[in-house]
Amino acid sequence: MTIRIKHLSVTFDSFQALKSVSISVEKGESFGLVGESGSGKSTLLRAVAGLAPVGAGTIEVNGEALSGHWRSRAFRRAVQMVFQDPYASLHPRQTVDRQLLEPLAIHGIGDGEKRILKALDEVGLGSSFRFRYPHQLSGGQRQRVAIARALIVEPEILLLDEPTSALDASVQAEVLNLLEDVRSRHGLTYIMVSHDLGVVTHMCSRLAVMKSGEVVEALAAADLAGGRMVSDYTRRLMVASKGFSREASR
Amino acid sequence: MTDPSSPASESWRDWLLTAEPHSRHQARLGRAYVTWRRFSENRLAVAGLLIIVALVLVAIFADLLAPHSATVGNLAGARLLPPGSPGFLLGTDDQGRDILSRLLVGSRITLAVVTLVAIIAAPVGLLIGTVSGFAGGYVDAVLMRITDIFLAFPKLILALAFVAALGPGIENAIIAIALTSWPPYARLARAETLGVRNSDYIAAVRLMGASPARIVIRHIMPMCLSSLIVRVTLDMAGIILTAAGLGFLGLGAQPPLPEWGTMIASGRRFILDQWWVATMPGIAILVVSLGFNLLGDGLRDALDPRGTGR
Amino acid sequence: MTPLLTVRNLSVTYPTRTGIIEAVRGISFELGRERLGIVGESGSGKSQTGRAIMGLTPPPGIVRADALSFSGVDLLKAGPATWREMRGGRMAMILQDPKFSLNPVMTIGRQITETLRHHETISKREARRRALEMLEAVQIADPERVFSLYPHEVSGGMGQRAMIAMMLVCGPELLIADEPTSALDVTVQLEVLGILDRLVRDKGMGLIFISHDLRLVSSFCDRVLVMYAGRIVEELATADLASATHPYTRGLLDCTPKIGESRHPLPVLERRKEWAA
Repeated sequence: MTIRIKHLSVTFDSFQALKSVSISVEKGESFGLVGESGSGKSTLLRAVAGLAPVGAGTIEVNGEALSGHWRSRAFRRAVQMVFQDPYASLHPRQTVDRQLLEPLAIHGIGDGEKRILKALDEVGLGSSFRFRYPHQLSGGQRQRVAIARALIVEPEILLLDEPTSALDASVQAEVLNLLEDVRSRHGLTYIMVSHDLGVVTHMCSRLAVMKSGEVVEALAAADLAGGRMVSDYTRRLMVASKGFSREASR
Repeated sequence: MTDPSSPASESWRDWLLTAEPHSRHQARLGRAYVTWRRFSENRLAVAGLLIIVALVLVAIFADLLAPHSATVGNLAGARLLPPGSPGFLLGTDDQGRDILSRLLVGSRITLAVVTLVAIIAAPVGLLIGTVSGFAGGYVDAVLMRITDIFLAFPKLILALAFVAALGPGIENAIIAIALTSWPPYARLARAETLGVRNSDYIAAVRLMGASPARIVIRHIMPMCLSSLIVRVTLDMAGIILTAAGLGFLGLGAQPPLPEWGTMIASGRRFILDQWWVATMPGIAILVVSLGFNLLGDGLRDALDPRGTGR
Repeated sequence: MTPLLTVRNLSVTYPTRTGIIEAVRGISFELGRERLGIVGESGSGKSQTGRAIMGLTPPPGIVRADALSFSGVDLLKAGPATWREMRGGRMAMILQDPKFSLNPVMTIGRQITETLRHHETISKREARRRALEMLEAVQIADPERVFSLYPHEVSGGMGQRAMIAMMLVCGPELLIADEPTSALDVTVQLEVLGILDRLVRDKGMGLIFISHDLRLVSSFCDRVLVMYAGRIVEELATADLASATHPYTRGLLDCTPKIGESRHPLPVLERRKEWAA
């Protein structure tokens, strides 16, 4: 499933979050969107998902043009999203089991029992987690449940909105490993948003750097790591990511 | 060495409080148990609960508990007897009817009023509020203006108008009170919905392809339930008083039904010399209202979503 | 030389309905006029340590220690009046998100002058002058304009700088910074850290930098304490970080993905029960 975004503009009330953005993602690729707050990276992801008002431009997934908020049933199964805040992405009043059952019920997929157990197993949670409520889970465990929920309908594309930025460093490593593992096993396509260059270069092969609603530069992760970037802004991001130094902060 | 708590009760508690429930049933019961524990720590709330439980039991067993008839009195020999007279614990009224029996049978009417109003008004308010909050735009504006219209009238006056139009009687009084009670619930549900609508877990369900109806009914309404339950419980005292007020004005329950408000109305004439005729039903209303208030306060503390499960 | 801050066997416990939570379990350290970093993940007790030192542990928390003294003042026995004098005047704390730590209904300038006039008896005009001076010191380009703005009208980075100005305006000797840059963009982080660096150096303050980011702390501080489950598991100079011995520290260092490295899968921290003992 390829994704082609051409000259996409998104406006919220009077604020233009995306200004004529164009990127393309090949099937099976892991593509990163990097930027600071207000860059529009999350908005781009939500626009693909159908959660943001599109002003102009086109989004094509596998040749099929998407419009407005509506997405077909097939799309809703093929494209899933993992959100940033593990404390907000699970329904507080429903057990893990119920939340994993929901996508199956919506799409009319049978074999619920088997699939739920398989999904939990795949994200490294045992069946003992099945009937817990979110408040009984740690941040990392909640994020695993969110990933299981996204995977249970067997999607082809995963949209990841800063999936590990709210997690502790050690938990982040586990979740990143899980995401990589899942991707290689199922041949998924990822679009991952992050503000952390280390995470993006680790997880993605190509990335786009965004600032103030525009794509500043699109380059391969290897080029970014090797310092072969074109834009000054990208270079500044790189330097800032390396930590504090007296010279850098002047 | 004796163990004060029996092994059976320990294992029940462990089963309910386990961190690894094995079924939906166990998980839900466990959560209910935790809420109950929080509730029962509040002595006053438990007192309120006991009062309401007593009300329900009295209503169910009124016929067995009442020593005399609630509607037929001894006009000749037992008019206006004071409390403590032999056979008449709380005295008799001007028609020779035992007040205690009337109170006991009248509890049924009170309970019926409160239950029916809650059953009618709460779901209506919940539905309107959640649909309004979730849909936004025109739907929200129209529904909220309708709600505002109902809210603008003083409750008792509007109930009076309805009863006057529909005719006096306890059934019409219930309808009238229900019609005026739903707007605050709609407002409450709408506020909760607005708070929840943009959260990630709702976005996640939307991304799965859930229809708006499914989102509202299965995902948003459960979030509104706690506040709604608390609000309804706290309102019950007011509902009782409104029904009593209507009865007092002769527009609610009609004689000889032993509705507590009507009893106060008819006892008004004797308030100076035979104070018990009006005061006893008044105390009954007071106690039951207090019970609902205490229960509602306790529920509010126990059901606080932020604290649930801790 | 007597240390600025002495902490011996500090513990912070919270009695709850379901048992006692020990947030900090007997930690000890000393701070001179240097920069000390306290690193840990959530639940390690690092923020609770900072708050205990400032006397800001929320009830029902109980703070106990064999010794907790700052510049000769015994903090354990300090009464409310002593605390009011110390906080803001001699010890200051910067919190994570200016959205939540600045008063939303007071202008930035007013919040700074309020701090000043509480600790020193000076005229309104003098206080305003000092506040503007401080705003300039945190590299705010147009201090007069920012003086009359409300916190919601400024960006995160500027709000954090305003917070730093507010906390340092009375010239405290000790600054505790609890995740001061975690809510900021990475380029803004660098700016704010630069300001902090300069101010701490120029005023000769002691600094405790609390963070979850080991790499950031090690690039900013002289010494690091690594906390886990309420205890200090390792204490070392940042220059020696590469030769850290405790497996938790090593695990933390290894598990973060760094630009340019390619380790698939990332090494995962294997938590061991002995660390929490």
